Amino acid sequence: MNINFERVIPFIPLMLSGVLMTLQLAALAALGGSILGFAFSLLGRKGSVFRPVIKAIVDFFRGTPLLIQLTFFHLGLPQITGWVPDVMVSALIVFSLNSGAYLSEVLRAGIESIDKGQIEAAHALGVENWDITWNIVVPQALRNVLPAIMNEFITLVKETSVVSVIGVTELMRRTQMTSSVTYRYFEPYLITMILYLVLNMILSFFGKKLERALSYD
Amino acid sequence: MISLLNVSKSFGDTVVLKNVTIEFEPEKTYAIIGSSGAGKSTLLRCINLMEVPTTGSVIIDSVDLVKDRKQLNRVREKIGMVFQNFNLFAHMSALNNVTFALRKVKKMNEAEAKDVAVKYLTEVGLQHRLDNYPHQLSGGEKQRVAIARALAMKPIAMLFDEPTSALDPEMTQEVLKVIKNLNHIGMTNIIVTHEIKFAQEVADYIIFMNQAEILEVTETKTFFSAPKSERAKTFLANMI
Ligand SMILES: Nc1ncnc2c1ncn2[C@@H]1O[C@H](COP(=O)(O)OP(=O)(O)O)[C@@H](O)[C@H]1O
Ligand SMILES: [Mg+2]
Repeated sequence: MNINFERVIPFIPLMLSGVLMTLQLAALAALGGSILGFAFSLLGRKGSVFRPVIKAIVDFFRGTPLLIQLTFFHLGLPQITGWVPDVMVSALIVFSLNSGAYLSEVLRAGIESIDKGQIEAAHALGVENWDITWNIVVPQALRNVLPAIMNEFITLVKETSVVSVIGVTELMRRTQMTSSVTYRYFEPYLITMILYLVLNMILSFFGKKLERALSYD
Repeated sequence: MISLLNVSKSFGDTVVLKNVTIEFEPEKTYAIIGSSGAGKSTLLRCINLMEVPTTGSVIIDSVDLVKDRKQLNRVREKIGMVFQNFNLFAHMSALNNVTFALRKVKKMNEAEAKDVAVKYLTEVGLQHRLDNYPHQLSGGEKQRVAIARALAMKPIAMLFDEPTSALDPEMTQEVLKVIKNLNHIGMTNIIVTHEIKFAQEVADYIIFMNQAEILEVTETKTFFSAPKSERAKTFLANMI
């Protein structure tokens, strides 16, 4: 047995501050992804003029590896544009687009799950489209797909670890740094896994709470 | 006053309404009967433009809705519709099902809308069900909420599309009783139904449809004693 946490303990504050960065990145990307996902799902509806464009964006981000998207955006594109974005900016843009692509599919399924009869009833009462979308379709669609949305957020938290490749000093990157200084792998990575797990358990807990709050059963 | 002028409707190559012209007198009750697939629902749904006629006009209070689509929601507000499958808003309580359009369309405030909703839900016998969600209600109760939701808008006409077809016999009776109470209280009622006895009891006129056409619009008593069309005679004979 060759386990020795003592060497690693001094680095725990460093890793914990990486947790903050991971959280920050995940939260902002979740926000950006939600906004984009919502916009994509509404603009990409059947019959919309934007549908082909939206579909292309969604297919691209769902069909290529996130790691490559990120590397391409941060290191590849500047070769053409001449603009080298801040690592955090690159990370946020790519993550927002990527999770927006996944969320739009989830939301679209939610919107399609709404019983057309209710929409018809609202039209028959003379309710405007806008009010139908916001008060009939969206609340029920959200409720129907909330578990899938939470799933997407959990995936997002885990996938933020990918940004270590472009040098964002979040949890994963700091774990690598800890390893390279201490020459220990088992302990830092074990701690890091536990930290990710705890983050996602907390997220799940609030997700379940929200599910209960939105349910009318 | 509601009239349909030369209304035709096709879905692709299928002709579902063939040049239908009919005028609904105010405050009368009409029952639309005929075999399944005759075009009854489509005719009803053309009245408030849930289906847009392929050709022809739908004129309500002197507005041609087919031409003047801007008026559509203003007119729909005045025409209540009750569906076979209730179509209640699943995420809203009975009370909110009724207040929703009062707030969004009639622009009432929360308190006003609640007063009106309670009044109409009481009228259909559901004063004890205000806070229940649709999935907690029986079929008959759901349909009564749907009726209250339409009535609360103070419509000039009510459209019913087989309002009891999804209900078992007991619930059918409770819903029919509610509809019967709406007779001759100031609205035009237009009811698509398979409940022939009910039609006979409640309607002033029978509209008999067959294969995309109105074969006759006949005063109820006359229709049941001496229908004009041969097809109606066979239809009635098969009923008994
Ligand atoms: N949205 C639609 N698309 C295609 N065909 C339809 C549609 N709605 C109704 N039809 C057809 O039109 C005919 C008349 O339908 P409907 O008005 O529902 O008849 P009824 O209510 O008398 O049973 C039927 O043959 C039906 O299949
Ligand atoms: Mg029908």
